[in-house]
Amino acid sequence: MKVFLTLIKKEFWHVLRDKRSLVILLGLPIVMMLLFGFALTNEVKNSEVLILDFSKDQASQTLIDRIDHSEYFSIAGNLSSEKEIVSSFRKGKSRLAIIFPQDFQNSISHEKKAQIRLVADASDPNTANIVINYASAIIRDYQNELNEEKKLPYTINLETKMLYNPQLKSAFNFVPGVMTLIMMLLGAMMTSVSIVREKETGTMEVLLVSPMKPILVVLSKAIPYLLLCFTDIILILLMAVFVLGMTIQGSLVLLLAESILFIITTLSLGLLISTIASTQQIAMFISLVALMLPSLIFSGFMFPIENMPIPLQVISNLIPTKWYYSIVRSVMVKGLGFEYVIKPTLILIAMTLAYLFIAIKKFKIRLA
Amino acid sequence: MTDTVIHTNGLTRKFGDFIAVNAISFEVKKGEIFGFLGANGAGKTTAMKILCGLLSPSSGEAKVAGYDVYTQNESIKKHIGYMSQKFSLYENLKVRENIKFYGGIYGLRGADLNQKTEQLINRLGLENEADKLVGSLPLGWKQKIAFSVAILHKPKIVFLDEPTGGVDPVTRRQFWDLIYEAANEGITVFVTTHYMDEAEYCDRVSIMVDGSIAALDTPEKLKEQFKTNSMEGVFLQLARNAKRSE
Repeated sequence: MKVFLTLIKKEFWHVLRDKRSLVILLGLPIVMMLLFGFALTNEVKNSEVLILDFSKDQASQTLIDRIDHSEYFSIAGNLSSEKEIVSSFRKGKSRLAIIFPQDFQNSISHEKKAQIRLVADASDPNTANIVINYASAIIRDYQNELNEEKKLPYTINLETKMLYNPQLKSAFNFVPGVMTLIMMLLGAMMTSVSIVREKETGTMEVLLVSPMKPILVVLSKAIPYLLLCFTDIILILLMAVFVLGMTIQGSLVLLLAESILFIITTLSLGLLISTIASTQQIAMFISLVALMLPSLIFSGFMFPIENMPIPLQVISNLIPTKWYYSIVRSVMVKGLGFEYVIKPTLILIAMTLAYLFIAIKKFKIRLA
Repeated sequence: MTDTVIHTNGLTRKFGDFIAVNAISFEVKKGEIFGFLGANGAGKTTAMKILCGLLSPSSGEAKVAGYDVYTQNESIKKHIGYMSQKFSLYENLKVRENIKFYGGIYGLRGADLNQKTEQLINRLGLENEADKLVGSLPLGWKQKIAFSVAILHKPKIVFLDEPTGGVDPVTRRQFWDLIYEAANEGITVFVTTHYMDEAEYCDRVSIMVDGSIAALDTPEKLKEQFKTNSMEGVFLQLARNAKRSE
C-alpha cells in the first residue's frame, strides 16, 4: 500500500510539473464551456425585426410591444410597404418582418379571425425557423389571453410545451456534450500518453523489473487522472450553473457517481490504447481519431442519432459516449432518477469491464 | 553453493519454433563482474529477461539469488537491481525525488530512505544538483545516478543492460569505477555490452552465439584459447560463424 502511495505521488509530480498539460487539463473545459455558451450558440437573441403595420390600432401595438420586450427580438424599424422588406433583408441586418393587415383589431373582435404574416430571411434556414418559432410563440400567447377574456366556445387552442427545456436553451444540449467530450479526450488520451511515455523512456521496464505488481503501476497512473477529470466535471457543472444559469434537475450525487463511472470507462480505454501504441504520437493519434471523432458523431450531441441510417445507429451503440451523454441528459436536464438510467449504466459498466479485460490480457502478453 | 548467486542449467526459451535461448548453463559467483556478450539477436536480452523474472523459461533450470525463476520470481525481483541502456530516470522529477521514488519502489522508507538518499547524493557529489530536474543534467551524471539508484536497496545482483551506450570513453571509465565499487561491496554485477574494452574489465565473460553460450571464461584465458591479443579478436572469431542476425 505504501509503495502504491509512492507511485501515486510520482504521478502527481509528473502532472503538476508538466505545466502545459495542466493548462490543457484545466483550461480546456473552461474554454469549451465559454465557446459553446457564448460563441457557438444556436440561440437567437436580440434579432432585429421589421414591422409593417397597416392597421396601427391597439391590438397591433400591444403585440409589437410584446415582441420588442422579449429578449429574442428588438424592433429595428417600421416599414411602409412590402417592397422595403426585401431591400432590408438584402442589407442583411434583419431576419424577420411582421406584417399586420388593415383593421387587425376589428377582424379580431368582429370576425373572430385575423391574420398576421411573418416573413423570414431563410437564406440561413435554421435561424429562420428559430425566429419564426419564437415570434409564433409570442403571438400565440397573446391569442390565448384574448380567448380567455372572451370565453369563446368551440375554439381549439393548440398549446405546445417544450418539456424540460421551455426556453429551448442550447446549454441543456451542449453542457452534457462538453462533459462527454472532455472526459473522453482527457481520460483516454492523457492516460494512454502517460503510460506510453514510460515505455518510451524505459522507466516502465525498470518498474516491471521491480517487485511492484504491474497492476499497481497501471492503477497509479489512473488515479491522478481520475481526480483531474473529476475536477473538470465539477468545473463544468459550476460554470453551467453560475455562468450559464442552468439548473441541475436531478440528483447531483447520481450525476457525479455516473460521471466517475464514465471516467473509469475512459481511463480503461486509455489503458487499452497504451497496450497497442508504441509511441506517444501514436497514442495521441489513436485517441483523437479513433475516439474523438466517433464520440463527436455518435454521441447524439451534434447530430441526432435517430436521423442516421440504421447501420450507423447500430454502430452508435458501441460508442460509450452515447450512453454517458444520455445519462447526463436524463439526470441533469430531465431530472430522472436512477431507475431510468439503469440500462445505460449497465452498458457502461460492461464496456469498462471489457476494455479492462482486453487491456490486462494484452499487458500480460507483452510481459510473457 | 552459498557463493553462487546465479545458477542455470540447460535454460531454454522458445518463441514458437524459434529457439531464442538454447540450453545455456553457467554459474555466477558472489561479487563477480560477469560480462554477458553476444551480437544483436544472439539471445542476450531474452536470457536476461528470464533471470530478471520478466519471462518464464520454456525448459531447463535457473536460480537467481537462491530463488527459482519458475516459482519465485517475486522474490527474485526483491533481490535484484536493474538498469537499462536508457538510464530510465524520470526527467521531470528532481534528482532527490528520483532516488526516493526508486528507493520507495523497493520498499525502503522513512528515515532509512532519507538517510540512504542523502548518503548517495553526497557520495556522487551532487549536493548542488539534488533539487534540479534530472532532465537538465548531462548524460554521464544521469548514468551514474541511474546505476546508484539500481543498487540503493543493496540487491544481491544488479543487471546492467548496455549501461554505457552513447557515453564518452572518459565517462565510461568513471562508470566502471562505480561498478568495481559495487562489486567490492559484494554486489554481483551482470553486465551486457557491445564495447570490447569493457569486456576486458570483467572477471569472467560469456559470449552467446545463436542462442547458445559459445565461450565462457576469464578474458585472459579466452584470449589464450582463441590465440588473439584482444577480446575483440575473440568476439569476432565467434560471431563470424553466427547464422542469425538482428
